[in-house]
Amino acid sequence: MKLTTYEQDMLAGKYGEGTALAMKIQVGIGETFDALRMVPITRAHVALSAQDADLWFVEKLLNKGARCRVSPTVNPSIDLAYLNEHLFEIPREGIDIVSATNEAYRKIGATLTFDCTPYLQQNIPAFGEVVAFSESSATPYVNSVFGARSNRESSQSALCAAITGRVAEYGLLLEENRKGEILVEVKARVEDDFDYQLLGWCYPLKHKGLEIPVFTGIGKRPTPEGFMNFGAQLNTSGAVSMYHMAGITPEAPTLEAAFGGKPPKEKITIADDDLQKVRRQICGEPGKIDFAMFGCPHLSISQVAEIARILEGRKLKVDFWVLTSSLTKELARRMGYLQTIQRAGGHVVADTCIDVPPCWQPYYGRTGVTDSPKCAYYNEIRRIKFIIRPLAEGVEAAIKGEVSR
Amino acid sequence: MSPETSVSLKCRKIAEGKAEGEAIISADAICFYLVQPETGVVVEKYHSLEGQSIAGKILVMPSGKGSSVVQADGLYKLMKHNKAPKGMIVEFPDPVLVSGAIVMEIPTVMKVEKKFYEAIRSGDQVQIDADQGTVTIRKG
Repeated sequence: MKLTTYEQDMLAGKYGEGTALAMKIQVGIGETFDALRMVPITRAHVALSAQDADLWFVEKLLNKGARCRVSPTVNPSIDLAYLNEHLFEIPREGIDIVSATNEAYRKIGATLTFDCTPYLQQNIPAFGEVVAFSESSATPYVNSVFGARSNRESSQSALCAAITGRVAEYGLLLEENRKGEILVEVKARVEDDFDYQLLGWCYPLKHKGLEIPVFTGIGKRPTPEGFMNFGAQLNTSGAVSMYHMAGITPEAPTLEAAFGGKPPKEKITIADDDLQKVRRQICGEPGKIDFAMFGCPHLSISQVAEIARILEGRKLKVDFWVLTSSLTKELARRMGYLQTIQRAGGHVVADTCIDVPPCWQPYYGRTGVTDSPKCAYYNEIRRIKFIIRPLAEGVEAAIKGEVSR
Repeated sequence: MSPETSVSLKCRKIAEGKAEGEAIISADAICFYLVQPETGVVVEKYHSLEGQSIAGKILVMPSGKGSSVVQADGLYKLMKHNKAPKGMIVEFPDPVLVSGAIVMEIPTVMKVEKKFYEAIRSGDQVQIDADQGTVTIRKG
């Protein structure tokens, strides 16, 4: 790989040991993938996780003097004060690791959005921008929906990119690697946002591999939330960093354009039966629930509005959590949605993830309802069982205390 | 050690350094989150290395798997307990594994000549020299 003088200086330590380490990791990645050079990035998003390795890595870079040249937005952490007041007494070690992580990211120069949907607010790339986005729902969104260019960065490699302001040029950064390879004919009825959860979960079960799929047969343009759900599940059930929707996403004005004029390597069909099968496999049987949790990825203002409409003048029977960004929470307050949800007995918590231990400890071993297969999957390790239902059904279930038939 | 019993093959560096130890071969991708940090024993159900320890060995694996968060955390915890592999030989590396190996200073290589995979058996002594781009199997 050929480096510019500036990049060589970074690697040699002229800008400090921290920058040198970040550059060394990126050069390693570049050589692994046969990159010929590095290119500047305009944006980055780091999947902060407040777990041991995350803290260790960011502190190591920070203590060696690294600072971000491109300030990245970051994934959620925990709103310690809110959960402490409304859920349980957070253990000391949990408080320590979360506080230390937040502080380290602040000092290294990250923008502390604590939100996993940077593509809806705060960090929205335009067509063709070269960026470094980690976070499973974010990478496919920026590539597919916006036509920006990001590889499937890890939280570590995205932080290194933010520090050096560079990424190795390989994979999805190159035009020729962004063409569709697998034709997916959607014959199933895909209409609402929840259908995209199922379709996103289903595709990697039908086709294993890292090729770029092209979906056809989707009649109308998905909502931003539909795209969000779709990417999150595609990249959790499988490892899909980019997809096309023929006639809908920007690099697929036509089916031919999506494939770059080449024939597909493989053709698969997804029918109603396939989605029904996924539903049977992952959604769970009706039954009593102990709590409800929505916001994986963080809910948008229109999803919060939908919840508030259902809850107007009603009372929840079980603990009810809506996870969103601090900006959306503030907007919800301004719109009165927050007050409606709170009057019903529910919580809207900002800056927090469904997957940051130990914040959901009171629910270990219990059963909840969610609208997100990703949320259910990541909580298996903590023995939290989730019944998966569309958002509106899940809210109704929380009013009744059970998911009904 | 006679020259007949050692085979030296070319490879490419992922993370610098030299390491020597007993080879352990995984048929499946490795998720370090599902390796017990205190012992280095793979606990993932139905994994080809289930019940075996990778601690202090030269891990020969097709690839890593799992999100960057859990994968890095798993490798980090192994390192903290001194149960990480001494070196890694990878067929299909990904950015998570590359950044983990470099920052945790585990000598790691890829693109080893095909002959390696025909010759190597679990239990063989293997030497990695990432800087020189060689892997040496010492038989017997």
